Amino acid sequence: MPHDHHDHDHDHLSPSGHPYRVDNDAPLSYWQVMEIAIRELMIEKGEVTAAQITAQIDAMDARSPANGAQVVARAWDEPKFHAALMTDAAKATREMGFDIGPMNLVAVENTTAIHNVVVCTLCSCYPRNLLGLPPDWYKTRAYRSRTVKEPRAVLAEFGLTLPAQTTVRVHDSTADMRYIVLPARPAGTEGWSQDRLAALVTRDSMIGTGLPKAPE
Amino acid sequence: MGGEAAGPVPHDQHDFALWEKRVDALMILGSARGHFTVDGLRRALEEMGPQAFEEMSYYERWVAAINENLIEAGVYSIEELGAKMEEVQARGDTYGEAQNA
Repeated sequence: MPHDHHDHDHDHLSPSGHPYRVDNDAPLSYWQVMEIAIRELMIEKGEVTAAQITAQIDAMDARSPANGAQVVARAWDEPKFHAALMTDAAKATREMGFDIGPMNLVAVENTTAIHNVVVCTLCSCYPRNLLGLPPDWYKTRAYRSRTVKEPRAVLAEFGLTLPAQTTVRVHDSTADMRYIVLPARPAGTEGWSQDRLAALVTRDSMIGTGLPKAPE
Repeated sequence: MGGEAAGPVPHDQHDFALWEKRVDALMILGSARGHFTVDGLRRALEEMGPQAFEEMSYYERWVAAINENLIEAGVYSIEELGAKMEEVQARGDTYGEAQNA
């Protein structure tokens, strides 16, 4: 019995008393076996090192919508940066020190007349370098299918009901073109610092499925 | 996918599992090594057909697409993959056991 556990009463806890991650104690799936196999072959062939994989996971975990919020707050506060962002969002955010990679990034601005929302109808293209990994719903078939067909109904499910006269623009991301929504600056925030403004910027407001928080 | 009828957008969110984060890292690093582009991955995803989008999870589709591209790029052969997968499978019944060589 090669896989007999010596301590059945505590199978759900690690030696340090923490629960195991679900992925580590659920039955092994075919695709998990493939992941392990690919990773080990890549390491054996000198393509990557285990340390590089760990570092890449750490870098991705460190990215969050807080990065995008800094960009939005700066665009609200500095007209010159706003212009640079609208001209070439990849260049403008790279110059802020964000690791944007080789992708093109387009900022689309919400106004009183236009509301923008971003989708990737095929899979999950997303401005991950600024927002972190996409939320699960962004990758669902329901969101990918329906956002291009009935965006107002989808937005209503997110609690965002737009006036009938507002134009809704849906942007379908591709492998080499990512979008980030520049939401409209909330009223009542005149003279605020960029840090204070950034705290109002939500992840969903940069995807277009939400609005920034209202100032308290 | 785009434009087809579908139900309400599900809002449940789960933490990414370790194996999923590793697939993501392999995608970035494999691409950085020049073995494929995002276009190559998308082509593999598109060729899977609608059924794969119903039955496979997101990172399952990605690991399949990465694998196809790495074999096409000649990084390893399908025989090498098969042998390695058998070896991994024999290590245990859970991801925790199988990930440790």
